Amino acid sequence: MSDAVHRPAEPGREYPISPLFALDTLWFQVAGTLCNLQCTHCFISSSPTNHSHEMLTLEAVKRHLAEAEALGVKEYYFTGGEPFLNPEIFEIIEATLKQGPVSILTNGLLIRPDAAASIRQLSDASEYSLDIRVSIDGYDPRTNDPIRGPGTFHRILTGIGNLAAAGLNPVITVTEACEGAGSQEGRLRFLEFLRSVGLTRPRLKVLPLLRIGAEAERSRAYESWETLRGRHLTPEEAGILQCSSCRMVTSQGIFVCPILIDYPDARMGETLGDALGPFELRHQACFTCHVTGFSCRT
Amino acid sequence: MTPTVDLGSFDRVAFFGGIYSNHLALGEALKLARSRKVDAIVALGDFGAFGPHPDRTIEILREASLPAIQGNYEQALSTGAEDCLCGYTDPRDNYYAQLSYDYTRTRTSAEHKAWMGNLPGHIRMTVGGRKLLLCHGSPRKVNEFLWRSMTPDPFIRKLLRDHEADVIVCTHTGLHWKRLIEPGRGIVNAGALGRPANDGQTHVWFTIVEEQEISPVPGEIQVEFVPVPYDHERLAREMAEESLPPEFIETIRTGWWTTCLEILPAKERALGKH
Repeated sequence: MSDAVHRPAEPGREYPISPLFALDTLWFQVAGTLCNLQCTHCFISSSPTNHSHEMLTLEAVKRHLAEAEALGVKEYYFTGGEPFLNPEIFEIIEATLKQGPVSILTNGLLIRPDAAASIRQLSDASEYSLDIRVSIDGYDPRTNDPIRGPGTFHRILTGIGNLAAAGLNPVITVTEACEGAGSQEGRLRFLEFLRSVGLTRPRLKVLPLLRIGAEAERSRAYESWETLRGRHLTPEEAGILQCSSCRMVTSQGIFVCPILIDYPDARMGETLGDALGPFELRHQACFTCHVTGFSCRT
Repeated sequence: MTPTVDLGSFDRVAFFGGIYSNHLALGEALKLARSRKVDAIVALGDFGAFGPHPDRTIEILREASLPAIQGNYEQALSTGAEDCLCGYTDPRDNYYAQLSYDYTRTRTSAEHKAWMGNLPGHIRMTVGGRKLLLCHGSPRKVNEFLWRSMTPDPFIRKLLRDHEADVIVCTHTGLHWKRLIEPGRGIVNAGALGRPANDGQTHVWFTIVEEQEISPVPGEIQVEFVPVPYDHERLAREMAEESLPPEFIETIRTGWWTTCLEILPAKERALGKH
């Protein structure tokens, strides 16, 4: 975790810079901003009607995979929106698993028994890891459903159960919108809860909130002091930031990271080759990444 | 840390991955490697952690004058770091890692810590005409985990290109594996002498890399993972006497990892019991 030591910015530069040390992690916004849910804390405000970013086609993914192969990318992540809404998702997973390990961020609602079985098959057929990450926001409907939507708690658990029945052990992610999840006590309580729903070896990742998109309305937006303006990061501090080793592919082009896809100035080009330069950390979400030492990676 | 050392040219070399204070396995591995007529034995770092009496391992290593590189443990101990620099991200992983580190730090002599500080971070050598680059985690980072299921061929090509090597030999994950993307080019993870490979077997592993003498393809190398049985019950008793966590002792007795599990990728995790 970064201790967020305050260092003055380089002369003539208002915000610190995050260099791209190596393109290790490539994200695909496979479902665009289209989702079957409309969570109140979504930092890109995904919903059934948000077309800011459209779904990626298999053909588009393959085009970027070819570029990623030449660049020596180490791992791939799929997100949205809800990735399993993409009609070509299984073909996309299969094509990507031929080239490297894959993690998929899902809300779990579309993981019916046949989908779970297909995921298991794809996982077994590859020499690389396939990780499924399912989001939930509470220990019960009372805590989860106000954020993710009425009835979602039980539907998420059904999806998790289907994965477990197929012999897969998903990573469960919970945001700090779930009260207490960030504390050691809350964490242990969550692990116990996951054991109680049939995950014998529970894997848990707790995510901080990003006060942009819908979340800025649900709780609060960033305050003016929550910024990296006037600071300088050491290479070690920059190395902790995900943007120093990742890029995000969406239907609108290549963005610096999975978080800033709604900001035109975070778009770095049309191809990966366009997007290998440094990024100025002028967004307030960059403050959260630096201060918490958090990464979207599993 | 001292600059990269070039040891020269060899025919058959044994590589010892993380030893984690398993001085009993180290003693057996030395005998076994010598019986296999290797012309060099190299230790790839992480001599301490997990096991009992850390100085015993260092004394065996120094007595044998093995070429060695710094792992994250040697970096941490020689610089007085507050944690082991293992690179874990999960609180449970970090909890057990800290127990190991605190135990090892207080029982490693200042003289041995100074010796660790003078080890190189990388070693280069040639085996069968192939350029080997030895590192602890990866050539670019001492605590980068190179797992089999997370190290794809395009990434291996990039590492070999960036670091001007034919073969990268590493450890840090505790699991041995190899992937040769073409004859004589790829990555070899030497595994660990310190704890079993999370497969329900109590033995531990080292790795031999040698020239493939009879091969239709020039420059082909042969990689062999060598199991090392040792008196694991004795090690378990020593660990209990030192009040090391019962979870660690269970791993030595059963061959299944009980801690530092969260860092495992999906495929490797699925192969274990916990």
